[in-house]
Amino acid sequence: MFDPIWKLALGLFTGILFGLLLQKGRVAKYQVILGQFLFKDWTVVKIMGTAVVVGAVGIYALLPTDAVSLHLKPLAWGGIILGGLCFGIGMAVLGYCPGTGVAACGEGRKDAVAGVIGMLFGAGIYVAAYPPLKAFIEQFGNEGKITLHEITDTNPWLWIIGLIIAAAVAIILSKKNWHSPISVEGFKDRKATG
Amino acid sequence: MKRFLTATSWSPYLVGAGIGILSWFAFLTADHPLGITTAFEHTAALTEKAVAPAFAEANNYFEKESPKIGWEWMLVIGVFIGAFISSKASGDRNAPAVPPLWQNRFGSSKGKRYAAAFVGGALMLFGARMAQGCTSGHGISGTLQLAVSSWLFTAIFFGTGIVTAFVLYGRKETSNV
Repeated sequence: MFDPIWKLALGLFTGILFGLLLQKGRVAKYQVILGQFLFKDWTVVKIMGTAVVVGAVGIYALLPTDAVSLHLKPLAWGGIILGGLCFGIGMAVLGYCPGTGVAACGEGRKDAVAGVIGMLFGAGIYVAAYPPLKAFIEQFGNEGKITLHEITDTNPWLWIIGLIIAAAVAIILSKKNWHSPISVEGFKDRKATG
Repeated sequence: MKRFLTATSWSPYLVGAGIGILSWFAFLTADHPLGITTAFEHTAALTEKAVAPAFAEANNYFEKESPKIGWEWMLVIGVFIGAFISSKASGDRNAPAVPPLWQNRFGSSKGKRYAAAFVGGALMLFGARMAQGCTSGHGISGTLQLAVSSWLFTAIFFGTGIVTAFVLYGRKETSNV
């Protein structure tokens, strides 16, 4: 039931750094998450995009050394599509995602605490309903653990270089409007800069 | 270094690069992608087993999965502590119980906001477990591995989130925020 102590300590250490980054990134805030969905605040896309590009370069560079191995989630159509729909609606109503919701609790946000209790409840429903739910999901088919380069029969670096170029173009196009965001509640103070 | 920690916010690109490097670290040291919701599932499963053992006995979940207090569970605890330390250091801790954006649209009732947060959180986590990942597990860790499932999930949840946010706040409202 427990991982060895060194692994627990490693998880805790990694989590502390993750929580620090999420809080300093201002994504543990309701108005930043909703601001992204309403196209008013691009912090979420900037952070996720940079993390994906930097992460992909490192993981695929390390892959030939056998120092890392991939952990892909299977493409089960029913689970991904229905899960994505539930997730998107839930995240927009709550205003935090799972990781940033936990970080928002650390930041002292009381509505996030209600959200995290709800998250535990949702996990409980999933576990309780697991047998019929799994059968329901499986009838839609499962493509297994596949990657973008496998289904297109291309080199992964083609995709990673594509991502780097896309990110660079996005940054250059937005540079004109880029400014260091000041911590504010709501968008009021930033109205003028839009 | 002190000023670095006491700053209210860092550049989103710096934070993103930090999370990317942290995912190298997680793969290298724990052979694990960064993810949050497995820990929630395991907590719920362990609770169910403890509270309703007969019910759990009949559930084939426990034949396929082995819930535990592991690396991912401690990761979630760490996220809470890390955000606590960060917000303490900068003093960025005075958020009201009802976010101003929400209050402008739905009023100042705490009960209403908490109820919506609870329902939203439950639906979100249910969806995450159906898809086997969340914003971290699919949105960052899965997409950086170029997993087809993760790119599809991320596109769907982002699209659905945008539609839901516009349904909640409407076009008119967003011009005021």
